[in-house]
Amino acid sequence: MKILVCIKQVPGTTQVEIDETTGTLKRDGVPAKMNPFDLYALETALRIREAAGSDAEVTALTMGPPQCERIMREAFMMGVDRGVILSDRAFGGADVLMTSFTLAQGVKKTGPYDLIVCGKQTTDGDTAQVGAEMAEWLGIPHVVNVKSVDAVASESISVTVDLPDCTLAERIPYPCLMTVEKGIFEPRLPSYRLMKATADREIVWLGLKDLDDADPKHYGLNGSPTQVKRIFPPEAHVEHVLIEGDDSAKAVQLADLLDDRKFLQ
Amino acid sequence: MSCIKIHQSKVDDREAAKALCPFGAIAENAAGELEIGAGCRMCRLCIRKGGGAFEFVDDSAPGVDKSAWRGVAVVAEVAPDGALHPVGLELLGKARELAAKIDHPVQAVVIGAKTGDAVEKLLACGADEVYVYEDPAFENFRIEPYANALEDFINVVRPSSVLVGGTVNGRSLAPRVAARFRTGLTADCTVLDMSASTDLDQIRPAYGGNIMAHINTPRHRPQFATVRYKIFSAPPKGEPHGRVVRRTLAPDRLLSKIEIIARTPKSSEKGIEEADVLVVCGRGVKRPEDIAMLKELAGLLGGEVASTRAVVEAGWLDAKRQIGLSGRTVKPKLIITCGVSGAIQFVAGMSGSETIVAINSDPKASIFKVAHIGLVGDLYAIVPELIARVKAKKEAK
Repeated sequence: MKILVCIKQVPGTTQVEIDETTGTLKRDGVPAKMNPFDLYALETALRIREAAGSDAEVTALTMGPPQCERIMREAFMMGVDRGVILSDRAFGGADVLMTSFTLAQGVKKTGPYDLIVCGKQTTDGDTAQVGAEMAEWLGIPHVVNVKSVDAVASESISVTVDLPDCTLAERIPYPCLMTVEKGIFEPRLPSYRLMKATADREIVWLGLKDLDDADPKHYGLNGSPTQVKRIFPPEAHVEHVLIEGDDSAKAVQLADLLDDRKFLQ
Repeated sequence: MSCIKIHQSKVDDREAAKALCPFGAIAENAAGELEIGAGCRMCRLCIRKGGGAFEFVDDSAPGVDKSAWRGVAVVAEVAPDGALHPVGLELLGKARELAAKIDHPVQAVVIGAKTGDAVEKLLACGADEVYVYEDPAFENFRIEPYANALEDFINVVRPSSVLVGGTVNGRSLAPRVAARFRTGLTADCTVLDMSASTDLDQIRPAYGGNIMAHINTPRHRPQFATVRYKIFSAPPKGEPHGRVVRRTLAPDRLLSKIEIIARTPKSSEKGIEEADVLVVCGRGVKRPEDIAMLKELAGLLGGEVASTRAVVEAGWLDAKRQIGLSGRTVKPKLIITCGVSGAIQFVAGMSGSETIVAINSDPKASIFKVAHIGLVGDLYAIVPELIARVKAKKEAK
């Protein structure tokens, strides 16, 4: 069984601020790290490998600048067998559509895979949409919000999907893609033994020229339908009001306030 | 091909120029020239702040004929029992506002096993056209048939914008179909506006809400946006004027490889960590039987009752309802503390709440330091009146 897990390097903190005078992003020098949600995807992939038997293999795939090799090494230390990094200037500025397209190109080049596991979302983009778009590019079914893996069979996987009012037990045949919830499993820590054992492991690096579609217009900013017009700091609102009047008037005002803020639906 | 071009001669200070990029994507190459690397996210800060050294070169192909795409469409989600998810009506209200600015119609699309009630509500809330895909195959959400239905709708209607509720299913369906049409999708928008060019102005938070981004889809149609529940307001009901169009898909388009084995409803009682609304019982509540009043308020607001440590120690409420360092940490959308003084151990467990309302008779109580909305007064006067007003308002809806 071939399992692929998608990972991403994200800024070490989401506590970025915009410098009001220069308009640039202020960072406090925290190094980049593995997207925390991807740790759950990695753990899920590794558990499925263990359940599937000895010939199963987990490949991790990421896209990013050369520095993202660090998170691939970390994935190796958790037990991932093989690493693929998509890195090329032409991939820069990719939106959801282009990110998912580039990842799908990487899948086509290095696959096929029976199962693709993605984290719920990233902590920088926060969109939670790349997995579903990737499944569309690959033409395979997908499920999101997977909260448990119930059975791993040779032709299909059974999972439980978490919805607000119910859970759905579903069986999906391979090939398929799933995005997993935070907390599906407790992610294992990187192992020192594996760090030693995988220090020289080769990573597959793929640039634009290595992909089936090598037209730079189909990648990165050029291929991205969405454009960021500008970024700006959110309005700071530290609310601190005292409601005046007698007790009855206070209650009336509070009820109006709750209604305005859509708590009475 | 669009890109950022660096005019090397205009770069005065290389280090300063490199520091412009928050993603560290500007570096020197072997020839000693500045170069933009794969880390570039096209935030364009270097263009704005680079004093002319960085230029955006846009020679991308012209986009689609925007006049061929008309309408602001809303994907309305229904549960297996036919209940319309309220975010659908909220989006419809926004869609009417957006469509009015460019004189476009508002279309709604309903996909489900039972759609009658939802269609009626969408018409009453002002949809010009409601496209209905009703089939037992749509009972539980499975991606393939749902995506095929939405694809059919877009091919038939060719809407300019498609708004989808940011529910679990919406966040699965919207990206799938956006990719199918090779178009843009902006997730979790908090502000939407329409420009005269029919480009949808989409504003969304990123980096955990620390940054806002204004996003356009200038050359592709339709433009997909998802919006979470309770961001916009549902429009008032009126006299329906829209028409209903029923569509059917070919049998093979209704198939899914995903098999639903079981559907297990969740119990309606939530733990205090999961509740969106909490009403907290503090020592200002005099008798255990008075908690019923707080329970009633919590019920009306769709929330749960929680408590301080003292109340749990008195045995009035179960320990699993305790907030604070020795209890649970909560982060609801709304927390109403009743007779809570606001000890530091308590506040540590709830200060991340989105809206904090404090009701306490002591104006010096430290809870008022963290409260967004403070009511100094007798909770025995305020809470019953509040319950009465909330009830009246809910009944009027």
